[in-house]
Amino acid sequence: MLVKIQRILGTIGLPRLLIALFLLSLFVIAPFVNVRVDTSINDLIIRFGMNAVLVLSLVPMIKSGCGLNFGLQLGVIAGLLGSVISLELKLRGFVGFFTAISISIVLAVILGWLYGQLLNRIKGDEMVVATYVGFSAVSFMCIMWLILPFKSPDMIWAYGGQGLRTTISTEGYWYHILDDFLRINLGSHIAVPTGTILFFALLALIMWAFFRTKAGTAMEAVGSNPDYARSCGINVNRVRTQSVILSTVFAAIGIIVYEQSFGFIQLYNAPLMMSFPAIAAILLGGASVTKVKMWHVVVGTILFQGILTMTPSVINNLIESDMSETIRIIISNGMIIYALTRKMKVRT
Amino acid sequence: MSETYLLRMENISKDFYGNKVLENVNLNVKPGEIVGLVGENGAGKSTLMNILFGSETIHETGGFSGKIIFDGQERMFTSSFDALEAGIGMVHQEFVLIPGFTATENIMLNREITRKNLLTEVFGERMNTLDWPKMRSRALQAIETLEVNLNPDMLVKDMPVGHRQFTEIAREIDRETTKLLILDEPTAVLTETEAKVVLNIIKKLSQKGIAILFITHRLQEILDVCDTIVVLRDGKIQKILKPMETNAQEIAQYMVGRELSEQKSSVWEEREFHEVILQVNDLWVDMPGERVNGVSFEVYKGEIFGIGGLTGQGKLGIANGVMGLYPSEGQVTIRGQALKLNSPKDALNAGLAFVSEDRRGIGLLLDQPLSWNIAFTTMQVKEQFIKKLLGGLIKWRDDEAIAKLARDYIKKLSIKCVDENQLVCELSGGNQQKVCLAKAFAMNPEILFVSEPTRGIDVGAKKLVLDTLRQYNEEYGVTIVMTSSELEELRSICDRIAIVNEGRIAGILPPTAPAADFGLLMLGKTDVKEGVESAS
Amino acid sequence: MNPIKKWLIDYSVPIMFILIIIFATPLAGYSMSFLANEIMTRMSRNTFLVLSLIIPVIAGMGMNFGIVLGAMAGEIALILITDWHIVGVPGVVLAMLISTPIAIIFGYFSGAILNKAKGREMVTSLMLGFFMNGVYQLFVLYGMGKVVPITNKSILLSRGYGIRNAISLDGIRQSLDNVIKVNIWGIQIPVMTWLVITALCLFIMWFRKTKLGQDMRTIGQDMEVARASGIDVDRTRIISIIISTVLASYGMIIYLQNIGTLNTYNSHEQIGFFCIAALLVGGASVSKATIPNAFIGVILFHTVFVVSPRAGKELIGDAQLGEYFRVFITYGVIAFSLALYAWKRKVEQENERRSALGLHRASLQKPGGGGINVEKMGN
Repeated sequence: MLVKIQRILGTIGLPRLLIALFLLSLFVIAPFVNVRVDTSINDLIIRFGMNAVLVLSLVPMIKSGCGLNFGLQLGVIAGLLGSVISLELKLRGFVGFFTAISISIVLAVILGWLYGQLLNRIKGDEMVVATYVGFSAVSFMCIMWLILPFKSPDMIWAYGGQGLRTTISTEGYWYHILDDFLRINLGSHIAVPTGTILFFALLALIMWAFFRTKAGTAMEAVGSNPDYARSCGINVNRVRTQSVILSTVFAAIGIIVYEQSFGFIQLYNAPLMMSFPAIAAILLGGASVTKVKMWHVVVGTILFQGILTMTPSVINNLIESDMSETIRIIISNGMIIYALTRKMKVRT
Repeated sequence: MSETYLLRMENISKDFYGNKVLENVNLNVKPGEIVGLVGENGAGKSTLMNILFGSETIHETGGFSGKIIFDGQERMFTSSFDALEAGIGMVHQEFVLIPGFTATENIMLNREITRKNLLTEVFGERMNTLDWPKMRSRALQAIETLEVNLNPDMLVKDMPVGHRQFTEIAREIDRETTKLLILDEPTAVLTETEAKVVLNIIKKLSQKGIAILFITHRLQEILDVCDTIVVLRDGKIQKILKPMETNAQEIAQYMVGRELSEQKSSVWEEREFHEVILQVNDLWVDMPGERVNGVSFEVYKGEIFGIGGLTGQGKLGIANGVMGLYPSEGQVTIRGQALKLNSPKDALNAGLAFVSEDRRGIGLLLDQPLSWNIAFTTMQVKEQFIKKLLGGLIKWRDDEAIAKLARDYIKKLSIKCVDENQLVCELSGGNQQKVCLAKAFAMNPEILFVSEPTRGIDVGAKKLVLDTLRQYNEEYGVTIVMTSSELEELRSICDRIAIVNEGRIAGILPPTAPAADFGLLMLGKTDVKEGVESAS
Repeated sequence: MNPIKKWLIDYSVPIMFILIIIFATPLAGYSMSFLANEIMTRMSRNTFLVLSLIIPVIAGMGMNFGIVLGAMAGEIALILITDWHIVGVPGVVLAMLISTPIAIIFGYFSGAILNKAKGREMVTSLMLGFFMNGVYQLFVLYGMGKVVPITNKSILLSRGYGIRNAISLDGIRQSLDNVIKVNIWGIQIPVMTWLVITALCLFIMWFRKTKLGQDMRTIGQDMEVARASGIDVDRTRIISIIISTVLASYGMIIYLQNIGTLNTYNSHEQIGFFCIAALLVGGASVSKATIPNAFIGVILFHTVFVVSPRAGKELIGDAQLGEYFRVFITYGVIAFSLALYAWKRKVEQENERRSALGLHRASLQKPGGGGINVEKMGN
């Protein structure tokens, strides 16, 4: 019996368990500090919808052995570009939304391919280089947002006319386009953004299906044992590039889903640190640097967003000060450090 | 009389998980004596040396029984540092050197000469300053003892291989306490001239009173340099000889000598083959540890062709080279068509399949189920077990067909497992090997390369594997090229056996040839007897 | 490879920076004396920190993004001495004394974690920096004033605990710098600070010659060989990080005494990136960092830093562009250097293997053909 418990604990992992318990305790304490549980759940569902696709985008690269995608920002940039172009073309509603996605996909494929070429040449050191490539790309885009010739009055600075604003609202274009789709209202405080959840489910299904194809199977093999894959005639570099492109494309779609729910397109330095919460979330869900399953995405996003939702409200009411930011930093970065210090899966 | 012996190993026995590797080995070494240790693969040489040198793997796998009496005291070395302190040095086959450091730095590695300074009082001995002039002269001393032309200030990475070897040896003898030096194939990677220098060094050291345990397979070296020759076979000491009183033939006989048992010779008739299916011409393969230096041979359709030889001589490199797993040069022709080298895909498409000796490293996906492992190559290369959807645009994995295939092979090869979904890492070594075989068979190859097919497998499974190979050969006409360290295995099912020595084919013999002939080829004597063409 | 080509690739980053400087400086239009003074100030401010990165590189730990932890130790010490109203050089010295044990603890923690992430030291130290930032916040924003007694209310937030966002360090402002100030050709030189920096340089040079330094060099070259020869690899690695962290804490104190204000929650965040970028700009790499790299790097990096905003304004009419540009350059330098290093290493390994095959083949191929053996059936 004890051995069985130990085994389960081992699979779940101590930090994960602690955080899950922490989250649970927050929910339990909530009513006692005047925080409505149903509003919290509502927030949680919305935030899940916003972030899940970004977390999903990490899966292909982990499966192929490229590790945690610290360069997620590249996909995000593709998505941002797609969004502002779509707005520039004054396209609204679903047309605008899907145009944004289409343009982003094209850009993401290009960026992903370049990124993949880079990663293939530095096998083994991907993570730290990816982090800085991501940072550089965001800073580079800061310059670009200033000088690219966008004209739409909804997007550029009011006085002075040159350069995009830091935050651009999606209202009037495709704000909540998915959220409101088939929205279900449960009671007065919970309004489920069905469209977004369905869209995530669709994307998750596509990814799941991909890993059941010949190419997807090859990708899993490459991540499991690249020498084995090579001995079977697989072009390891090509498969890795494919995984990077996939991840980048999904990240681009992910940021657009995020924008439609959040209501704003955030440029300049906003995407700078975007890779870390997503990575922390998937690790929280049970993934490691080399292994991941689809349900890790769901569990991880729920846990992580749960912490983000509950800590400000509950803890702040509890000890009357805003510790949420600090706690978030500790948990998300701590989770990543934990994952990095696990023993590498020994093949032989 | 124990004082005259520097080292006495009494009744040393060792087994790895029930597999007897050494049985009652008794070895005595006098101070300054040069003892040559000869034996086939798996005879127990490395294990014996590891026991003496206190290697961790020995202790992690149950230790050993018997006594070691070194320098008059009974000792039990639990780590290499123990052995070093007692006065035993070892030069391994893989160099333990820092390429970016000079010869001096490497010779004095972690035994640097230092001077105290102010901070030593506060922070401890590691803050001592290095005394470079003293270190350099110490290194020079060691170099002079060896009487070689080694520049103490040269970086190891700029040195030719021979000089790296000298640096290693210099490091071991610089320790003032060294009384016994173990050398594991010291001349394996050296040129002829460099090898001569090393042999001279050995003689000089022996004159200075340092005893040497010398593992080698090069016949000439053994006869030239050793005072005593110890032949190990199947974990036991076969014979102890003096070079003056023996010759190459005798040594080979003791090393390899088991005559074919009647049972095998009655079953196996000589077969005739006519069509050449595989032609290898001047193949060079850069496989670390198993370099191939230009081999040429032909394989007939339908035969079972064996490749044998001692470890590290290159036999494993041949199959790996043809299958494109290691950088190669040369020409390989299959059914008259040239095969593109360095491309696993081309090899697989040409009808070749490979069961690698590195089962766990490249042969299997350990964290995936059996079914995947068996079907994967076939799925990727031949696009079987795939359902084509949307007019071929989507290639959907047919899990059912894969499961069925796996179940078939589980039955055919008696793979012990829970079901086809069990993860391969949970299977025993023998069953993992069967999965590798199944993977290759599933490809329906015309030519099957199998390396070390029964390594690490228990006796019962061994027979099954060999029988299966023979069955596939006879029933389906699959040409098999089998590489193995076990001569007996090769002699039991092969039509012809090539022996690889120093990366080249030393000779090709029929399985019925006397065992000693094989032994001689392994030891490098290629002019064995008529009927066998060899390198002049 | 052509030696000139090799040299160009190895030093591509410093060369690029020199080109940028040549292009941007005239654009910015600063006077030589202004620039000279600016650079001198920045050098005296930052060099110590950059030098503290060198020892982990020797030990094979790569770029120690964890110097942020040392910076935090220094900041905590400064907060305390400000609270206790200790001014001038004694204040600076006391701060260094206080920061030392804190930095040792941080360094030990950091080193222990890095030992568990062998092969991924850089990204782990990066995340460690972020993580400890959270812990620092916990301590400084919530602990100080509540758990740690702070008597000087002026540095506390209005709610009664937690340190303010910015504290003036008037008490020790420029105290080290001002001990001896010399004016050469119109440039102010804080001699004392430079003496301290020189002392560190001498320490590093001497350290290389000690047994400990040699052990670190060995580990940096090949961990396995080091272990096989008896060196306690894990312990030595931790020591290298502890030294680096302690030096970084001193460096941060020197930095802050020059600036005169402590941005409690932001000062250390960027220190890591900027110092590493500077070192890389000076021609260092993940496996090799020398004292000249540090000096050259600081000069080049900070020159670009100073001239970018104005150059940007002249070029596009927007100073903001220049600011974004210098941030981009910082990140880009690190990304480029690290990628270049990793790529070079792979190419070197490839070339070695290929030439090994070629050499081997050449050395063994004898005239008369060694090894051709064709056997005919029917003996």
